[in-house]
Amino acid sequence: MVKKILSKTYIYLVLLLMYLPILVLIAFSFSGVTSIGDTVAEGESWFSTIYWQNLFSDTKIAGEIWTALGNTLIVAVVSAIVATILGTLGAIGAFYSRKKAQKAIEVTTQIPVSNPEIVIALSLVVMFVAIGIEFNFWTLLVGHVILGLPFVYLSVRPKLQQMDPHLYEAALDLGATPRQGLFKVIIPEIMPGILSGFLLSITLSLDDFIVTAFTRGAGLLSGDKTIETLSTLIQSKLKKGPIPPEMRPLTLIIFLAVLAVAIGVTVYKNKQANAVRVRKGRANV
Amino acid sequence: MKFRFQRKYFSIPYIIFMALFIIVPMFFIAFYAFTDSSGAFSFEAARKFFTDPAKFQVILVSLFIAIQTTLICLVIGYPIAYILAKKEYNHNVVLIMLFIMPMWINFVLRTAATRDILFAIGLTGGSHPYAATLIGMVYNYLPFVILPLYSTMLKLDRSQMEAAADLGASPVQVFFKNTIPQSMPGIISAITMTLMPVMSSYVISDALSEGNITLIGNSIYLSFANSQWNNGSFTALLLLILVLLTMWGTNGRKTEEVRGGLW
Repeated sequence: MVKKILSKTYIYLVLLLMYLPILVLIAFSFSGVTSIGDTVAEGESWFSTIYWQNLFSDTKIAGEIWTALGNTLIVAVVSAIVATILGTLGAIGAFYSRKKAQKAIEVTTQIPVSNPEIVIALSLVVMFVAIGIEFNFWTLLVGHVILGLPFVYLSVRPKLQQMDPHLYEAALDLGATPRQGLFKVIIPEIMPGILSGFLLSITLSLDDFIVTAFTRGAGLLSGDKTIETLSTLIQSKLKKGPIPPEMRPLTLIIFLAVLAVAIGVTVYKNKQANAVRVRKGRANV
Repeated sequence: MKFRFQRKYFSIPYIIFMALFIIVPMFFIAFYAFTDSSGAFSFEAARKFFTDPAKFQVILVSLFIAIQTTLICLVIGYPIAYILAKKEYNHNVVLIMLFIMPMWINFVLRTAATRDILFAIGLTGGSHPYAATLIGMVYNYLPFVILPLYSTMLKLDRSQMEAAADLGASPVQVFFKNTIPQSMPGIISAITMTLMPVMSSYVISDALSEGNITLIGNSIYLSFANSQWNNGSFTALLLLILVLLTMWGTNGRKTEEVRGGLW
């Protein structure tokens, strides 16, 4: 019993410490003070929605933030779609290749997984500079596809291994074309792997700073100016001092969005796991 | 002979993409590491790297922070993973999710929040650059340590531990002679998730130390910002060789899938 209480206390204490910075930032989104920890003058109210109003009005900083958020989302979604298609096809092809070819593909896939992001980014940039390619949206996109690609491959591969190999052959025997076999048998079977690869690519892209900073040029919502994503925007503000207070309301918005997605995914996965257990006759509710 | 489509051809676009943007760039790094700005063969970048005392300090500080971060994260994270995986203490999936969720919130934003808090309690990059950086690193990498440890703990054979205890091993002995060896795959993954990424990180050290601490990542970033391709490439090449050696060394060893467990 004592052990249990101690364990619970430890868990919640670490959790509290982990979330403290984010929670404080969020709390201060409802205040008018310029920096965290500042006290307000006598008679003034701590509470204020000024930064919420700023974020949703026509201020310069609000424009920067929304542009950066838009860029971030566009790059994340487009790069994740490309990475998912390439990675899924890559995994399917490798699965049906000879052992030697498969091994070579696996090793190549492992390199960007273990390689530090800054080395991936620098090597890409050095190549682009050497052959005289101008930096723009496309170079940035290539960088972000590279971030997610190996992880799509690695998420799809185990699903292929779990698949019943006779399903595809049975479909062909029953008159399906290889194309139908791919779209109606293989892809539905490995869908959970494709989905988690896609989500993983999106998160890796949303979170990225280094590859973005190295490979970006002008374009997207930034027009003729260099593309700013949330990461690069916040970093450039951090260079000059504390981040703008308008970032605090945005933090709450991001936090809630992530929380909603995370809970959704957890509940969905849990339901699936339970469904499998029920099918196997081992339900424990 | 008639061309017949085979399923293995599906991987051709993947192979081309990986070759063009992973393999070929590695050769460019190697080429730039051993040439000078005019493109002629030269050991200038290597000589600069090995004779510059500032570079030596960068490596030392990077190693120090990386090892300390890894150890602190392991010490904090190991009990958490153990408790979360133990059925009698926890059957709450949302709690596990809460420990992993920080991974999904933009890390630059989290670093900014951490810096604001540290600033408010007087731990600024100007006065305590090392401590501020270390705290920032632990904050960022803790979830990456907890996740692989947790996956390992789920597979722990607890009856083995009970048997050891029944046969007279003390709790400390059980822990060091059974629990730790059993959870080794998770520990190895946790180490690979922190050691190299900390040494090669840029934003966290730059923001929290206010530029007072230079890690290997910061030094590569500076070479990039100043277009010193040869120096930057040489440092990157060393990291790359280190990575390839680790890959070769851990080949066949049991490790825990890390990123994949995210979703």
